[in-house]
Amino acid sequence: MGRLIRFAAVLLFVGFIAALLPMDFPGLSALANEAPPAEVAAEGGGLQAPKLEQHDYPRIAGVNPRIAVWLAAQLHLWFAAFVLAVPIFVFIIEAIGMRTRDERYDKMAYEFIKVSITAYSITAILGGLLLFCLVLFYPDLFTFLAGVFKGSMFYYALLFFAESATLYLYYYGWYWLQGGFKKWVHLSLGLLLNGVGTMLMFLANAWVTFMMSPAGIDAAGAFAGDEWAAIHNFLWNPINIHRVVANIAFGGSIVGAYAAFKFLSATAAEDRAHYDWMGYTANFIAISALLPLPFAGYYLTAEIYAYSQQMGITLMGGIFAWLFIIQAVLIGTLFLSANYYLWCGMGRSEGAERYNKYIKYLAIVIVGAFLVWFTPHTLVLSNAELKALGGPYHKYLGPLGLMPAKNTAVNIMIVFTTLSFLFYRRANKIPTVAWASAGNAIQVALFTAGILNILFLGIYHGYFTNTVYKVAASIPQVLTTLILIVASGVIDSLMYKDANVVAPLRWGRVPDRSQYALFLLAVAFTWLMGLMGYIRSGIRQHWHVTEVVRDNSLDAFTPTLGYAANVVSTGAILFMAMALFVFWISQVSGRKTVPAGYWRQS
Amino acid sequence: MKNLVKVVLFAILTVGFFAGFSNFGIPRIEPAPPPTEEVVDLSTMTMESFIALGERVFNGKGTCMLCHNEVGGRAPTLGQVTTVAAERIADAGYAGGATNAETYIYESLLEPSAYVVAGFGKAGTQDTESPMPDVRSGSVDLSEVEIDAVVAYLQDLGGVDVTVEIPTEAGEEPTAEEPAAAPPPAPLTDPAAIVAKLACGACHKMPGHEGQIGPDLTAIGATRDRAHLRRSIIDPNAEVAEGFLANMMPPNYGDQLYASELEVLVEFLAGMQ
Repeated sequence: MGRLIRFAAVLLFVGFIAALLPMDFPGLSALANEAPPAEVAAEGGGLQAPKLEQHDYPRIAGVNPRIAVWLAAQLHLWFAAFVLAVPIFVFIIEAIGMRTRDERYDKMAYEFIKVSITAYSITAILGGLLLFCLVLFYPDLFTFLAGVFKGSMFYYALLFFAESATLYLYYYGWYWLQGGFKKWVHLSLGLLLNGVGTMLMFLANAWVTFMMSPAGIDAAGAFAGDEWAAIHNFLWNPINIHRVVANIAFGGSIVGAYAAFKFLSATAAEDRAHYDWMGYTANFIAISALLPLPFAGYYLTAEIYAYSQQMGITLMGGIFAWLFIIQAVLIGTLFLSANYYLWCGMGRSEGAERYNKYIKYLAIVIVGAFLVWFTPHTLVLSNAELKALGGPYHKYLGPLGLMPAKNTAVNIMIVFTTLSFLFYRRANKIPTVAWASAGNAIQVALFTAGILNILFLGIYHGYFTNTVYKVAASIPQVLTTLILIVASGVIDSLMYKDANVVAPLRWGRVPDRSQYALFLLAVAFTWLMGLMGYIRSGIRQHWHVTEVVRDNSLDAFTPTLGYAANVVSTGAILFMAMALFVFWISQVSGRKTVPAGYWRQS
Repeated sequence: MKNLVKVVLFAILTVGFFAGFSNFGIPRIEPAPPPTEEVVDLSTMTMESFIALGERVFNGKGTCMLCHNEVGGRAPTLGQVTTVAAERIADAGYAGGATNAETYIYESLLEPSAYVVAGFGKAGTQDTESPMPDVRSGSVDLSEVEIDAVVAYLQDLGGVDVTVEIPTEAGEEPTAEEPAAAPPPAPLTDPAAIVAKLACGACHKMPGHEGQIGPDLTAIGATRDRAHLRRSIIDPNAEVAEGFLANMMPPNYGDQLYASELEVLVEFLAGMQ
């Protein structure tokens, strides 16, 4: 039987790879080498980037083209992120259920995927809307992009069919493919679903990043036909990594909000316990992905600088610099609400009372780190205030506006969130291993050394050395944080293996206000994604495709942050309204109305 | 239903807070409009105005100052490029076809990799490839007239005779009609936006900027009155601060500012004490 399972798994894997093989790229090149449309063919036989004028941008029914495309793209992205992320952790939860043979995991995984199945349809509808908007409002740009990416767009369509088929099989086959070999087949379908979904996202990312850092284009703006070069452009992989991590965090937060709503609505203790557990798991997923997310962001930013210093300077030093103060508010909100939820959750067990006295210190440090991150370098003051203060930035608080202080603050925030989680995890347990005291001492030493190192790197290299070291010091800071997270997690896992339970963990025994922390997490994530979408697109400034296709429409100006925030807020409210609809509709199928007297009695 | 209403209200209030903070909690900065090619009348252009055009392109549309400054260390400074041109042309690593300083500078603008100054190449290329774009391409998109003007400006900056001739034909049609489609921008009222518009921070140390080419302005209001500040913006060479060179600051800021913007900037500087 075991051999059969392995054979089946290998067969599925080979099938998966075989399905993807045409993506490797002779097929693409062959398609791409076909003659481009006559109207855009360059003299050398390549595809020439269009030079657009204002009359090339249709105005239809008084609709603002940029806002229409902006909202359609952002809504599509929110739903796509959700439906791509959920199967990742559904697969993991299903696997945990298989390993532990605890049916609760299987039921929870099913409920997760049930929520995402309706969202999947909406994602497709919004994708269609985005396509219509692009074709209608930016026909020449879309023609050019479709000319460059016609091969990958064709495969995208095929992959979309594969994604749909796999998702429906995975969802509708959940209770059919139960037990033994069938369960392995089902889990393999989950793997296939994730593989196809990730490939879809990577292809769409290629089109987006090509617009930021185009490749395969010559100096005259002609595309010679190497589609793989256009796909594998400079920012493709940094965005791929960033989006995978961010999607998981976002998906976790949305499912957390779903569980919180169900928790608040539930009246039976059993239901409250179930949704409390579901909310906790979703929050755990969101936070696990949130912790490495700033590092993925740093990597992406560094690569943007490496690609184009002009673009990097626009991003961090120009009009967009103040956006990062807004981002600080949002990320501070995320960390504070996630920690608050963990602290509330410690009320589930009396055993956690031992740790209550530490919570206030964690809160002080995290709020302090947030305030450092939030401190702008330049204060906005009137002349009288300037005189009173003695300068444009505060004598003592001014240095906190610099990057070294912010790097230090975010690392400290992550380290103390890890500590919050360790306290929560230990709440109802007592270790039984002989080396427990030594283990605790090692943990204390590890955190003390790590925090001191982060502070030293931030203060000494940030303020007492030259610029080169200022920037370079952020790397050992990040490494210190990552080592702390991994090492403390491993030590704690070993220490608390076979630990005694001090007091039972009572799922459902959390205050209602803790659930609002989950809502706050979901709303802040949604809004943050919208804001960062604006900056990712906005740093192209007046270019549709950076330095290749210039935006000559009436909207070829960078909107102010306030304007962008209003569009993002509108999109976020639309998204949440649609998400509420998804949550509601996913429950309708389980309801039954007894139509007394409606049907004829036989 | 009660829970639904509470949750919806909570979400809307949260979004409202984020939107409110973005609108009212941070300075409102109007981004600069996309750059356009300057309309030049070559028939009446003197060498002085041609060099001034080069300087404007160098500091503005050409975005040369973004990297070729002493602060960031991203690209070599160009004050002495005319002096070192011959040495570089004779260097074994030189891969271009220039024969003198004028053609060397011109070539560097179009083919920056012909000679890469040690330490300024793309990472991993051993200084064989320059990160600088061809100035005719992409976002820079300089015309032949503008390129020649930049060459003239750099020759003048280096203190040698300007050998570039003022072109007699502009070549491509300038895109002067473009801005006509949009109304001229309203005067800025936020000093930070005016500072950003003029890129003062590229040279001066001031709030949020660490420029070192010009005098430190962080406490300028304590030592200079408003009349002096106003004159220094409009006519920067009227009185040059001790230890700094003349002709470093663009002389045309007076033309680039509305009168109200000039006063806002003067008030802002006067308040820095």
